[in-house]
Amino acid sequence: MSDLKFTEEHEWLRVEGDLVVVGITEHASEALGDVVFVELPEPETVVAKGDEISVIESVKAASDILAPVDGEIVEVNGKLADNPALVNEDPMGAAWFFKMKVEDMSQLDAFMSEDDYKDFIG
Amino acid sequence: MAGDTQLLRTSLYDLHLELGAKMVPFAGWEMPVQYPMGVLKEHLHCRAAAGLFDVSHMGQVILPEGAVGALESLVPVDIAGLAEGRQRYAMFTDAGGGILDDLMVAKKPGHLFLVVNAACAPQDIAHLRAHIEGVEVITDRALLALQGPGAEAALGALVPGAAAMRFMDVAEFDWQGAALWVSRSGYTGEDGYEISVPAGVAVAFARALLADPGVAPIGLGARDSLRLEAGLCLYGHDIDTTTTPIEADLAWAIQKRRRTGGAAEGGFPGAARILAELAQGPARKRMGLRPEGRAPMREGVEIFADARGGEPIGRVTSGGFGPSIEAPMAMAYLPAALKPGDTVYGEVRGKRLPAVIAPMPFHPHAYKR
Repeated sequence: MSDLKFTEEHEWLRVEGDLVVVGITEHASEALGDVVFVELPEPETVVAKGDEISVIESVKAASDILAPVDGEIVEVNGKLADNPALVNEDPMGAAWFFKMKVEDMSQLDAFMSEDDYKDFIG
Repeated sequence: MAGDTQLLRTSLYDLHLELGAKMVPFAGWEMPVQYPMGVLKEHLHCRAAAGLFDVSHMGQVILPEGAVGALESLVPVDIAGLAEGRQRYAMFTDAGGGILDDLMVAKKPGHLFLVVNAACAPQDIAHLRAHIEGVEVITDRALLALQGPGAEAALGALVPGAAAMRFMDVAEFDWQGAALWVSRSGYTGEDGYEISVPAGVAVAFARALLADPGVAPIGLGARDSLRLEAGLCLYGHDIDTTTTPIEADLAWAIQKRRRTGGAAEGGFPGAARILAELAQGPARKRMGLRPEGRAPMREGVEIFADARGGEPIGRVTSGGFGPSIEAPMAMAYLPAALKPGDTVYGEVRGKRLPAVIAPMPFHPHAYKR
């Protein structure tokens, strides 16, 4: 699937039907260092773009994950609670954070393509 | 240091870059925070094999032999009773009983050798010079720490005499014509050494240690998680001028001779308060916390007695995740009546999470006594 979008907060978004899957980029996981704890939002939470809905704690520091768009959290990745290191091992795949139901998919139009993101992180 | 943006570099700076270190500003120095291995694996490697740390940013100071009495006027520690070839942990106190810095004092033939924290070094040196004649600051030596169960074999291969040293012994050895000042000590809870080496041969010496397949370079990130697991204080965080040695649970560093009734009772700054706290017990004390779950309680987290309501009873001074204990850990100053096993609550992102007061060290020390 090459249809990934990227935010300036180093999240990736992938559209699956009417859902958007969200995770953090490999660049972000490398910068964070070894992840030791992930706090995920509650499913069925309605969130607004920019809400702090998740926290990643690495050996270095805590970082917030923001809701990238308006929507509703419909599923979270329970594997991350038991195995936070998955964020370092497979950030773009198995370590997705949550799935959101998004009414207005045009919100994604403003985000970066993979090439743009590569330029962004230099 | 105000306005001084020029960071200092140790003699190992180029080697750090060659080893792929990520460099960060620390106490006015440009220091390696981690290498490509990463903080977690560096930490575990040090506990399983051996880690090499550049601690050249720390201050190395020599005092004349005759300064024993003068030094005793600055620290609540028995320096006169320190045998030649031995080292002791000490702290400079202020008139209010607070801690100006913590340090190591070694008694060597004809002089005392001190190692002080980098961030405090300028103030410490001024403080020493105000009270002691002949203070010599060493600027032409690097300082390395070699820590972990593989340290003895790695250093012993270069200087065989080092293997026979015990914890807190100090000795000098020749390595390829260079004088190494070695102590069997460190700040990770592991067996190991700190080695002062002439700056000109520091890189060659570091490379000789790194040639041992068990020895990996370790950055400041893992140094912090290692010392926290070992229950050791970090100056400026767990101890400072607002904490006394007794509150900090460092009474073990004050020998009988300097206590009430001892042959050299008091006579150090803040003695009235420190000796009173020793006798009566302090109102608050540095304690270990084991947060339940996996969420770390980091520095600044406020601690409460109850799950809701009430005022904070303390604050985390150091906290993080312990790779060896595979759990979060923290230190906090809490009312002295609390004891191991009691539950308190740390407020993390608006939520009060339970934490159990736990004995320290969190990970057992492995010193070779």
